[in-house]
Amino acid sequence: MRTLLILLRKEFILFWKNKFIPKVAFIFPCVVILIIPLVTTMDVRHVGVAIVSHDNSRLTQNIITDLGATSFFTVSRSGSYADAMEMVKDGDVDVIVEIPKDFQRSVESGNPIMPHISANGVNGTKGSLGSGYVAGSVMNTVARFRGIKPEEKASVRYLYNPTLEYRNNMIPALMIMLLIMICGFLPALNLVGEKESGTIEQMNVTPVNTTVFVLSKVIPYWIIGLLDLTAAMLIAAAVYGLVPVGALAAIYVAAALFIILISGIGIVIANRSETMSQSMFLMFFIVLVFVLMSGLLTPISSMPHWAQAITYALPPRYFIEIMRSVYLKGTDMSALGMQYILLAFFAVLTNTVAALTYRKQQ
Amino acid sequence: MERNDVITADNLTKRFGDFTAVDAISFSVRRGEIFGFLGANGAGKSTAMRMLCGLSVPTSGHASVAGCDVARESEKVKRHIGYMSQRFSLYNDMTVRQNIALFAGIYGLSSSQIKERCRELAETLAFEKEFDMPVAVLPLGQQQKLSFAVATIHSPEVVFLDEPTGGVDPLTRRQFWEMIYKAADEGTTVFVTTHYMDEAEYCHRVSIMVDGKIEALGTPGELKAMFNAAGMDEVFRFLARRATRQ
Amino acid sequence: MNRSFIAFVRKEVTHIVRDPRTMLIALLIPVVQMILFGFAISTELNDVEVVVATPKMTPAIESKVAQMAQNPYITFRGYITTDKVDHCLSSNEALAVVVFSRDYDRNGKFQIVADASNTTTAQTATGYLTNILSESKAAVAPNVRILFNPQLKSSYNFVPGIMGLIFILICAMLTSVSIVREKETGTMEVLLVSPIRPVMIVVAKMIPYFALACIDLVSILLISRYALDVPLSGSMTALFALSFVYIILALALGLFVSTLVESQMAALLISGMVFMMPVIMLSGMMFPIENMPTVLQWVSNIVPARWYIPAMRKIMIEGLGFGYVAKEGLVLTFMAVALVAISVKRFNNRLQ
Repeated sequence: MRTLLILLRKEFILFWKNKFIPKVAFIFPCVVILIIPLVTTMDVRHVGVAIVSHDNSRLTQNIITDLGATSFFTVSRSGSYADAMEMVKDGDVDVIVEIPKDFQRSVESGNPIMPHISANGVNGTKGSLGSGYVAGSVMNTVARFRGIKPEEKASVRYLYNPTLEYRNNMIPALMIMLLIMICGFLPALNLVGEKESGTIEQMNVTPVNTTVFVLSKVIPYWIIGLLDLTAAMLIAAAVYGLVPVGALAAIYVAAALFIILISGIGIVIANRSETMSQSMFLMFFIVLVFVLMSGLLTPISSMPHWAQAITYALPPRYFIEIMRSVYLKGTDMSALGMQYILLAFFAVLTNTVAALTYRKQQ
Repeated sequence: MERNDVITADNLTKRFGDFTAVDAISFSVRRGEIFGFLGANGAGKSTAMRMLCGLSVPTSGHASVAGCDVARESEKVKRHIGYMSQRFSLYNDMTVRQNIALFAGIYGLSSSQIKERCRELAETLAFEKEFDMPVAVLPLGQQQKLSFAVATIHSPEVVFLDEPTGGVDPLTRRQFWEMIYKAADEGTTVFVTTHYMDEAEYCHRVSIMVDGKIEALGTPGELKAMFNAAGMDEVFRFLARRATRQ
Repeated sequence: MNRSFIAFVRKEVTHIVRDPRTMLIALLIPVVQMILFGFAISTELNDVEVVVATPKMTPAIESKVAQMAQNPYITFRGYITTDKVDHCLSSNEALAVVVFSRDYDRNGKFQIVADASNTTTAQTATGYLTNILSESKAAVAPNVRILFNPQLKSSYNFVPGIMGLIFILICAMLTSVSIVREKETGTMEVLLVSPIRPVMIVVAKMIPYFALACIDLVSILLISRYALDVPLSGSMTALFALSFVYIILALALGLFVSTLVESQMAALLISGMVFMMPVIMLSGMMFPIENMPTVLQWVSNIVPARWYIPAMRKIMIEGLGFGYVAKEGLVLTFMAVALVAISVKRFNNRLQ
C-alpha cells in the first residue's frame, strides 16, 4: 500500500512536470464539450430544392410557396432538368421537383399526374428524409387545393427529449468519447514512454509488485477521468442546460468502472508494444472502433447483424446505454444491472490481462 | 557452493533464436568482493548481468544471487540487489531528492530514514545545491554518481553496475571508484562491467568474457602472470583477438 | 547532392522496414477499418423494437399489429397495458410504444410514444410507424427517384469519410513522430551538420511515408470497389490527383506538428487524438456542415477533410470528373503548399 502511494506520487509529479499532458488532459475535454455539441445535429435541414416547372399555374406557385415557407428547404427555380442536375452535381441542390405539363388541369380533372421528385442519395439520410419531406409537402399542397382536409389519425409523443434536441443525445456520447481518448491514449503512451526512456528497467529490478505497478499507472487516469467528467457535466449544465435526470451516483459508478476498463486496455497495448508509435497506432485503431461502432454516433440497431454481434464485446456500448438512460431518462440503476455487471466484468478482465502481460522479466 | 559465495552461476546460458549471447558460463563471487566483469562490446556481459538481476530469464543453466534462484525466485532476488543500468534511467523530470525518495520508498525505507539518507548523500555526492533540480540538468558524471547512490540506497547485498563510468572524465571516475570502495567496505558485493582496463586493476577479481564464454578468471595479478603481460589491457587484447563476433 | 539525397531516402526506408510491426500496423489498420466501418456503420435503422399498448383488444387492432409485425424494419416485442408505457421505455425494453385509443375501431386514432433519448432513432422509428399504421389514403403520391445511390447505402456516404479520416491522422502521426524521435534521440543534430539542406532532410523523410500512404490508398480503393461495391464511377485521374494532394497535405501537417512539440508523446497525441475530433466532427463526415452555426462553418473551412470528403463523394459515387471538384482541389493544393511553406520556415528557424 505504501509502495502504491509512493508510485502514485511519482506519477503525479511527472504529470505536472510535463509541459503538454496536463493541457491535453484538462483543456482539450473542456473545449470539446463547449464547442462540439453545437456541431452535432443529424437533422435534415437546409435541403436545397430546385423546381423545374412545365406548368405555370397557381398550383405550381402554391407548391413553391409552401416549400419555401419552412426552414427545411432552400427553394430555387431552374429552367430545365439538365440545369437542375448540374446544380445537384455542384452540390447546391439535393432534391429536384419536376412539375409536369398541365399539372393543375390534371389535378382539377381528378386524375392527377404527380410531379417527379429526384433526390441525391449519396448522403442516404438526407436523400431519403429530404425527398420524403418534399413529397409530403407537395401532397399537402395538392390535397388543400382539392379541398380535402387531411385528418390526423396519429399523434406522436417524444419522451425524455420532447423538442428532439439532438445535442442532448450527443453530449453523453461526447463525454464517453473524451474518456475513451484521455484514459486510453495517455496511460498507454505513459507506459511505453517509460520503456523507451529506460526508466522502466530501474523499476523492474526493484521488488515492486506488478499489480501495484499497474495500479499506479491506472489510478491517476481514473482521477483525471472523473475530474474531466465532472467538468464536462458542469459545462453541459451551464452552457446547454442539460442536467442529468437520474442519480449522479449511477453516472459516477459507471464512469469509474469504465475508466479503469479503458486504462487497462491502454496498459495491455503498452505491454505489447515496443515503441510509442506502435502503441499509438493500436490504441488509435481501438478508439476508432469504439467511437464508430458502439452506438455513440450511429445507432447499433442499424448495423448488420454480424456487426451488432460484435458490439456486445465493445464495452462502451454498455456505458452509453447507461449514460443515455440515466442522463436523459432518469432510469434507475437497478434497471441497468446487466450493463453495470458487464462493465465491471470487462474492467476486471482488462486489468487482469494488463497485470498478467506486464513482464518484469524478458 | 561455499557459504560465503553471494553469486554463483552454473552453466548459465541465454539464447536469442540461433544466437547464443551467453554460453554456459560458470563462476562465483564472494561476499564483499569487487568483481570485474570484462569483455568486448557484444561479448554478452550485459545479458549475463540482466539474468543475474532477474530482468531476463536464463535459457538453461542456473544462477543464484544472495541465496535465491534467479529464474524461480527473481522477485526475491530483487530485494537483495541494486542495479545501475548502462543507460541513465532515473526519472529525468523529477528532482534529485524526488528520485532518491522514490526508490528509497520502494525499497521500504521509512520517511525518517529517507531524510537521513538524503542528508548523507548530499554530503557524499557533494552537490547539495542541485538536490532540488531535475536530474536532467545534471552533468553526466553527477548523474552516474546519483544512479549509483540510488542503486545502493537500501544497502543491498550485491550491487550490479553496468559500465557505470562510460563517458565520464578521469577525475569523476576516480571519485566514482571511491564510492564503490566505500560500499564494498560496508559489506556490499560489487559486480561491475567495464571497458576501462585501469579500472580492472581496482577489482579484487576479474573475469574476461569472449563470445559469450568466460575465457579467464582470477585476480588481476594472477591473470597478468598467466598471460605474461605487463597490464590488464595486454591480457584483454590477447584474449579479445580470439573473438569471432563483432 | 542528388546522391546524398537518395542516401537519405534509403536511410528512412531502412528505418521503416526495420520496424516491421509499425509498418504492418500502418498498412493493416486502414484496411481493417475500411472493411469494418464500411460494412457496419449505417444510419438506416433496421430493428425498431416496438411494443403495443391497448386498452382493449379488437380484431382491427390485431390485424393492424400483425401487419406491422411483418414489416422487416420492425421487431414486435409484444403487448403491455397502457400504464406501463413510461416504464417500458425507461428500462430500454423498446424504442417506441404504439398506444391505440379506446375507440380505435371508430375513429382510428392512435399515438406513438418514442424514446427520444436518441433523437435519430426516435425520429426514424416514428416515421416508419406512422407510414405503416396510417390508412393508406387514396391520395396520389409523387414519384420519388433516388439518384446515384438508389438503395440508399450508408457505405456510399461513409467510405469517403473514412478515407478522409484515416489518411490525415495516420500520415500526420507517422511523419510527426519520426521527426520528433530524431530530435529526442539527438540524431537530428547529426543529420543537420551534414551538407544537405534541411528542407531536403524533411522531404527525404516524407517520401517513404508517401509511398506507404499510396499503398493504403490503393488497398482502400480495392476494398471499396470489390468488397463494399462503391461504384468508383468518376474520373480516376481526379481521384488519384486529389488523394495525392491530400496525402502530401497530411504529411505536411505532421511536419508542422513536429515543429511545435518536443516529445514523441506530444506529437502523437496532437496528430492522433486532438486532430481526431475536428476531423470526425467538423468535416461533414458525420454531421452536415450546413446545419452548423455560422462561426463553426467558417472554422470547418480550415479542416482539410472538409474539402477532401465531399470531393471524394462526388468522384466515387456521383461519378463526376475534374470540373466538379476543381474548387476542392484548389483549396487542398493551396493548403498543402501553405502548410509545407510554413513548416519548412519554422523548421529552418528552429535551427538558427
